[in-house]
Amino acid sequence: MEIGIYSFGEVNQYSNGEATTDVGKRLDGLVSLARAADEGGLDVVALGEHHRPDFAVSAPEMVLATMAAETERIRLTSGVTVLSSQDPVRVYQQYATLDHLSHGRAEIVTGRGAFTESFPLFGYDLNDYDELYDEKLRLLLQIREQESVTWSGRHRPSLDAASVTPRAAQSPLPVWVAIGGNPASGVRAGTLGLPMLIGFFSGTEQFVPHVQLYRRAAEQAGHAPDALRLGASGHMFVGKTSQAARDAFFPYYSDYIRQMGLTGGAPLPRRAFEQSIERGLPVGSPQQVIDEIMKRVELLGITRWLGQIDVGNLPFGMVNDSIELFMTEVAPVVRRETAA
Amino acid sequence: MSTENDSTGIVAVLGVGRVGTVVARSALRAGYSVNVASSGGADRIALLVDVAIPGARATTAADAVRDADIVVVAVPLGKFRSVDPEMLVGKVVVDIMNYWPPVDGHLEDFDGDASSSEVVAQHLGRSRLVKTLNHIGYHELEQDAAPGASQRRALAVASDDEDAAGQVATMIDRFGFDPVIAGPLSAGRRFEPGTAIFNDAFTRSALEAELGLSAIAQA
Ligand SMILES: NC(=O)c1ccc[n+]([C@@H]2O[C@H](COP(=O)([O-])OP(=O)(O)OC[C@H]3O[C@@H](n4cnc5c(N)ncnc54)[C@H](OP(=O)(O)O)[C@@H]3O)[C@@H](O)[C@H]2O)c1
Repeated sequence: MEIGIYSFGEVNQYSNGEATTDVGKRLDGLVSLARAADEGGLDVVALGEHHRPDFAVSAPEMVLATMAAETERIRLTSGVTVLSSQDPVRVYQQYATLDHLSHGRAEIVTGRGAFTESFPLFGYDLNDYDELYDEKLRLLLQIREQESVTWSGRHRPSLDAASVTPRAAQSPLPVWVAIGGNPASGVRAGTLGLPMLIGFFSGTEQFVPHVQLYRRAAEQAGHAPDALRLGASGHMFVGKTSQAARDAFFPYYSDYIRQMGLTGGAPLPRRAFEQSIERGLPVGSPQQVIDEIMKRVELLGITRWLGQIDVGNLPFGMVNDSIELFMTEVAPVVRRETAA
Repeated sequence: MSTENDSTGIVAVLGVGRVGTVVARSALRAGYSVNVASSGGADRIALLVDVAIPGARATTAADAVRDADIVVVAVPLGKFRSVDPEMLVGKVVVDIMNYWPPVDGHLEDFDGDASSSEVVAQHLGRSRLVKTLNHIGYHELEQDAAPGASQRRALAVASDDEDAAGQVATMIDRFGFDPVIAGPLSAGRRFEPGTAIFNDAFTRSALEAELGLSAIAQA
């Protein structure tokens, strides 16, 4: 079982002014978070990619490269690389470089992206959302297999025996497919035989069909079951007690959900917050968070859990307390319970 | 095809993404025969339907709606014009779609003050459009369902066609929610993204109060 954290590097602010909106400070904070995670024995740190003024990270590979220099053994991944609006040749080069800088610790987690601001920014048509992702993912996989690439498609100029270098240190460089709730994405990941990272907040049961689809599609495509791999990711906050965690986290979370436009301008009501915890949002005491991770292990068969440790640009002090409890009281128990 | 389960009827779901798969499962559980389709052929969704919506029939959109009593349109809002209006003439059609700029991008069609369903209604002019099921998260559609229970979650239903609204209200009830008739399609504005109704869950009386329908009860 691999246990880790991820961040989007938000720079949103709250009415109490406690969050950091300085991009430089936020990025420094992310690097020190990676250092703490590495020293505390976590396995993975992942960084999302957003192209909006309320996020500090549009180029996760740059931040991951800095983290590579400051850490020893933690794996460094995107979460996610919005492949649809990027050039797979460039993505491969960047992560192959990161792989060497980190001595074989790089991974690429690809996705269609939950937000879509990168499409107009890089000149892509949102109507091609799915087709872009499919074409570019296949090209990325081809580049991963072959140094000399001959390829043609609809959304990128053709490649004629083009050499894509440097080659990654790991063979193969891990490439994941991240999915939200769309079941067709599970079929795609299975058909390609790639590891699948399922992003969700609560309602673990709802993803059982996605996992079944993933396995069935892989089987039909001839991939061995033991070549498959599942992970899950989502918001997380660990406090000393259940009540303390909820009370501390709620004001920020509620306002963050509003700021993200997920409610169309209103804060998340407390009742809705409590209900999503009842339904599986890992917010609470160490034991509650352990139980939620174990539920994902049992129902979905995950071997990697990534918690969004600083969701909504939580004040540093809260992030530090949460990650400390996560590393000392949650991770060891989950490892022990999954070791058997 | 239309012979089995005729007492309950046939529901067609267009779009088998996050929302469509859950709606189709809810309809199966409620006893309907269910046809589902995406924008392409049946074989592209065969495995998905087999595993995630067992019991539903995967087919093309035109075939799915042909003998359907209720058609649920669960495609991304930006794609609503790709739904052929001709095949839906005279049909009871549920518009479950929301305008969600972070995901949909900017859609000029929906810049105005009208309910998104009023815009969709212009495209699907000759169908009997009903707006509902949009103010519940797709995961909650299964988690909150309580067929036959009292004090269960209520869902608003808006339509310019009272009879169509009634048929859809019956389906909502069978799904396990209290249907509340909110008024004409323009009343749909009151439960779109950004409203209190959209962001929370309500019982029937609380939803009626939110919609301003409880004047009689208060008098
Ligand atoms: N997230 C929620 O909880 C929630 C709740 C209520 C309502 N909604 C609304 O429901 C709508 C659907 O959302 P979603 O998340 O389910 O989207 P989604 O996961 O992207 O799925 C959309 C589905 O529609 C299909 N499709 C596209 N064009 C089509 C056409 N012309 N005919 C038939 N199928 C077509 C797509 O498949 P192909 O492209 O492969 O054909 C896909 O299966 C959105 O407007 C959303 O705002 C969301």
